[in-house]
Amino acid sequence: MSELTKLTIGEARDGMAKGAFTAVELTQAHLTAMEKARALNAYITETPDLALSRAEASQVRIQSGKAGSMEGIPVGIKDLFCTEGVKTTAGSKILGDFVPPYESFVSRKLKDAGAVMLGKTNLDEFAMGSSNETSASGSCVSPWTRSGDDTKLVPGGSSGGSASAVAARIAMAATGTDTGGSIRQPAAFCGIVGLKPTYGRCSRWGIVAFASSLDQAGPMTRTVGDAAIMLRAMAGHDPMDSTSAPVEVPNFEAALTGDIRGLKIGLPKEYRPEGLDPEIAALWDRGAEMLRDAGAEVVEVSLPHTKYALATYYIIAPAEASSNLARYDGVRYGLRVDGNSLDDMYRKTRAAGFGEEVRRRILVGTYALSAGYYDAYYLKAQKVRALIAEDFKTAFKTVDAILTPTTPTAAFGLGEEVNDPVTMYLNDVFTVPTSLAGLPGLSVPVGLSSTGLPLGLQLVGRYFDEETVLNVGSVLEKAAGFSALPKGLEG
Amino acid sequence: MALDKTTVANIAVLARIDVEEDRMEALAGELSGILNWIEQLGEVNTDGVAPMTSVADLALAWREDKVTDGGYQDRVLANAPEQQDGCFTVPKVME
Repeated sequence: MSELTKLTIGEARDGMAKGAFTAVELTQAHLTAMEKARALNAYITETPDLALSRAEASQVRIQSGKAGSMEGIPVGIKDLFCTEGVKTTAGSKILGDFVPPYESFVSRKLKDAGAVMLGKTNLDEFAMGSSNETSASGSCVSPWTRSGDDTKLVPGGSSGGSASAVAARIAMAATGTDTGGSIRQPAAFCGIVGLKPTYGRCSRWGIVAFASSLDQAGPMTRTVGDAAIMLRAMAGHDPMDSTSAPVEVPNFEAALTGDIRGLKIGLPKEYRPEGLDPEIAALWDRGAEMLRDAGAEVVEVSLPHTKYALATYYIIAPAEASSNLARYDGVRYGLRVDGNSLDDMYRKTRAAGFGEEVRRRILVGTYALSAGYYDAYYLKAQKVRALIAEDFKTAFKTVDAILTPTTPTAAFGLGEEVNDPVTMYLNDVFTVPTSLAGLPGLSVPVGLSSTGLPLGLQLVGRYFDEETVLNVGSVLEKAAGFSALPKGLEG
Repeated sequence: MALDKTTVANIAVLARIDVEEDRMEALAGELSGILNWIEQLGEVNTDGVAPMTSVADLALAWREDKVTDGGYQDRVLANAPEQQDGCFTVPKVME
């Protein structure tokens, strides 16, 4: 592995500023590593020529003292973000050879800050999944394996390609999107940092929509400090997204003081159900101890409606998805399968274009919104969602952040959970409540399982208080000192 | 709630997705499994609770009613599976 691919964003930024290496050398090191790591299937589309030309432009800006905050940093962009002139698939066959004529707000902001796109990363189809196995481009694989066992493991999902790429050092950082855990769960599985910002912090404009009241873009990086740098470059108000919040974007990096003395951290008692893996429970206890040692006060809190969060999510998300995905009709873009009438063309196109899990969710969502069932399902779920959000509101009257496990288990093997949708859904049990409430959630790698796989803890904060979440996260990161690397990347 | 094949077929029509006849039974089972699991929400007392329709506590922004975008038909049509004379084309809908 090249020394250059090991660097953090902060280190690379300083190295280029000092002239220790150029932006072109940095990008080239990543392109070379990408070629060698193609077995991971982390990228759906690689854009080496575009990357080198952007790196050259970055080098010119660095030398003329006009470097942006992400200048020359090689990043992967999840293939859910529309990128002008570069094929965008959403991991689905239905988008065909769709080449967006515009750039998403977030990827444009990153580009404007100088980031160099290496390619488009793999994902579950339309971001629906927790293992990256529903991608029309094939499963992405984690660079991690269990000790003494070569079974191929999932990177988590839906932002599996981004997580795998960052962990395998074939992207310095990557964008993800999170609807119910799609940034945090793969980050935990791959031993990296993943931040789902507050809903409204990053514009959804130009991101292929899944569930609009939940979708949020965020950074996936190797350190908390890098997440702070990248979030600042991604965030900001956008009039093109009516739910984008007109709030100021703070300098998140400056918030990383490492001082959490006097802060109150809550541990929700409902996140310790009977049957919680003792290894996960022990990791959580260790995390709480680290924060206590750093001067925080750790207290128990209650989020009484936690057990209903997943069921609520699996009404709201499919309902919104069924509505959002109505646009794929074979008329304006993407796949078309001819039929003998307009309706027949719609039905054949959609049957051929959507994979099993997407079809399942569209059907569940259609049912939940259909006449006679709307009140029993969708309206009921929206009411329970209000109670879940209220639980957090009450908890945040007494605590400054909440600490939980990110996932109930370590990464599992390819094909191990695909046969039962509900088992797969349980992966998101600790991340979905935060999504429903719209709060920021950060996953930090804290330890290894007995089988040698990364495990993460999640920090949840108040609305638009990513600063506290990141600061507490940086303390956890330092105390945990997670330094394990996937096999083949050590040394 | 257990869905039968007829109900699944009706949902598929509403969703405009063809489902193969030999997949119908299995799909009815999968959807019933998901819906049965979701039924647990019935336990929650939501009397007097207002539905949460948005996380963002924002009033929608107003702007002047004028055209702010457009004028690039070629870009709009660039990804069309079929087009003619600057329009999207679809199978005939009127006899």
